[in-house]
Amino acid sequence: MLYLRNAAVQWGNKRKYGCGVMATIVQFENVGLRYGTGAETLSDVSFSLVKGGFYFLTGASGAGKTSLLKLLYLAQRPSRGLIRLFNEDMVTIPREKLPLFRRRIGVVFQDFRLVPHLSAFDNIALPLRVAGGDDCDIEKPVSEMLAWVGLSNRASARPATLSGGEQQRVAIARAVIARPDILVADEPTGNVDPEMAARLLYLFDGLNKLGTTVVVATHDLHLLSRIGNATMMRLDAGRLLDPTGALRHPPQIRERQ
Amino acid sequence: MANALLISAADRRLLPEGRMAGPMPWVIAIMMFLTILAAAAAMALAGSAHTLGEDMQARLTVQLPEPNAGLRDAQASQILIGLRRLSVVKSAEAVPQAQLAALLEPWLGREGIDESLPLPALIDVELKRAGDADIAVVSELVAMIAPAARVDQQAQWLQPLANLLKSLIWLAIALVALMTIATSAAVVLAARAALNTHRATIDVLHLLGSSDNQIAGLFQRRIALDALFGGFAGLLIALVVMLLIGDRMRALGSELLGSASLGWGDWLLLFLLPLIGVALSTVSARITVLRALRQIL
Repeated sequence: MLYLRNAAVQWGNKRKYGCGVMATIVQFENVGLRYGTGAETLSDVSFSLVKGGFYFLTGASGAGKTSLLKLLYLAQRPSRGLIRLFNEDMVTIPREKLPLFRRRIGVVFQDFRLVPHLSAFDNIALPLRVAGGDDCDIEKPVSEMLAWVGLSNRASARPATLSGGEQQRVAIARAVIARPDILVADEPTGNVDPEMAARLLYLFDGLNKLGTTVVVATHDLHLLSRIGNATMMRLDAGRLLDPTGALRHPPQIRERQ
Repeated sequence: MANALLISAADRRLLPEGRMAGPMPWVIAIMMFLTILAAAAAMALAGSAHTLGEDMQARLTVQLPEPNAGLRDAQASQILIGLRRLSVVKSAEAVPQAQLAALLEPWLGREGIDESLPLPALIDVELKRAGDADIAVVSELVAMIAPAARVDQQAQWLQPLANLLKSLIWLAIALVALMTIATSAAVVLAARAALNTHRATIDVLHLLGSSDNQIAGLFQRRIALDALFGGFAGLLIALVVMLLIGDRMRALGSELLGSASLGWGDWLLLFLLPLIGVALSTVSARITVLRALRQIL
């Protein structure tokens, strides 16, 4: 696992040579989202995510989890409010600049969104190709990622021939292959067995330890207990519950060691 | 255009190839076939019109309608001598009476043409350049020797033919323009259809951070390849048709039709047309795709 080992060395260096106050990587201020002329799907959503944080986003169906994630992975602009990602205002930023920010965000879509005519290998390699990676640079990390999600023997299989769980693992592998700064996952363990769910969560935790901010939308409350220092964000009818104000003004935590 | 074709094999796979399966290459082939024929017709007719104009503008016919054969011949000789001395005249030749009789024979019959028939004397004059002043010099000389003689510009008799040729040239140019517009419209429709077909893939690429240029590049390449195939298929068929028509025209033995030939420059332009078509299709596809992508965030 050379790719993961290199990443671990980088993380080790970060630990060895310095650890500062964790910076805010995402900031939402009074964000509202309305589709067309209907009622607001999200209202007055305010929170900050710190770099290296692990967040679970929960809420009943229709609470606005997927809409919030869409704003996070820059598939949507808000109807009102302020969104800052990587210290840039994403509301007013020209759309030509968005691709560079999207490449820093890994997304596991609820419906996987695998490209049907591409093999599992090519689906996982997509973010690296989009970022301009050469075939020779792509081969190794993608093979390692396929092994990590247990799909080495399915590398050339197309999505239609993969089971739901296998498709989900390909989708997760695609989301993490480029080691994004933010990983957004919409119900990532919905179609996998408990053992695979634990492995995937372990993978997310590993990435989080390397500095990736992880946001997982889920109904599965058992997942919450598996990540000890995760923060829970709860949406209720489009509003983010934050009775203590901790989501809006997170405490100045230090990088965990 | 070359950039549209030069992308890696992996990038090519991002959109399913499926080339030649759709009607697009064949539509482009038909359009290119008609465009090349129209362009070839325009250039050949332009060549004919040019030849006709060059030949006829500087040519005059002096006609001596003198019934007295002796006087007619004397005046004709004097005019010939006078014309050959003029600096503006390149050549002056009397049309032999036998040639005149041969021209009249289809209408009068061999028996109708005898010594008693008062045929006019005709002199073909070729000027060094076509100009009103030069024609006036010739007319003045002829009027001085034979006041009844007429000086006709050959071009005036062929003006209707020249006008017809000009109209045909403009028609052919209009056809080329219409074909170009129709080809662009077909490419725009094909690009939009392809965008709709591959919408889901485009959305994923977009969310993974593909720029508009990267996505447009994928479509450009497909359209460029379709246009390349269609263009050269159209050229090939058009060449075969042109060779067959050329063969038939030569068999007619017509001087005018014979002058409707293509020069090296014309052939070069015809061979460039498919490449121009590829460039046009690529640009049309790019603009269409970029415009459509701007509709999404």
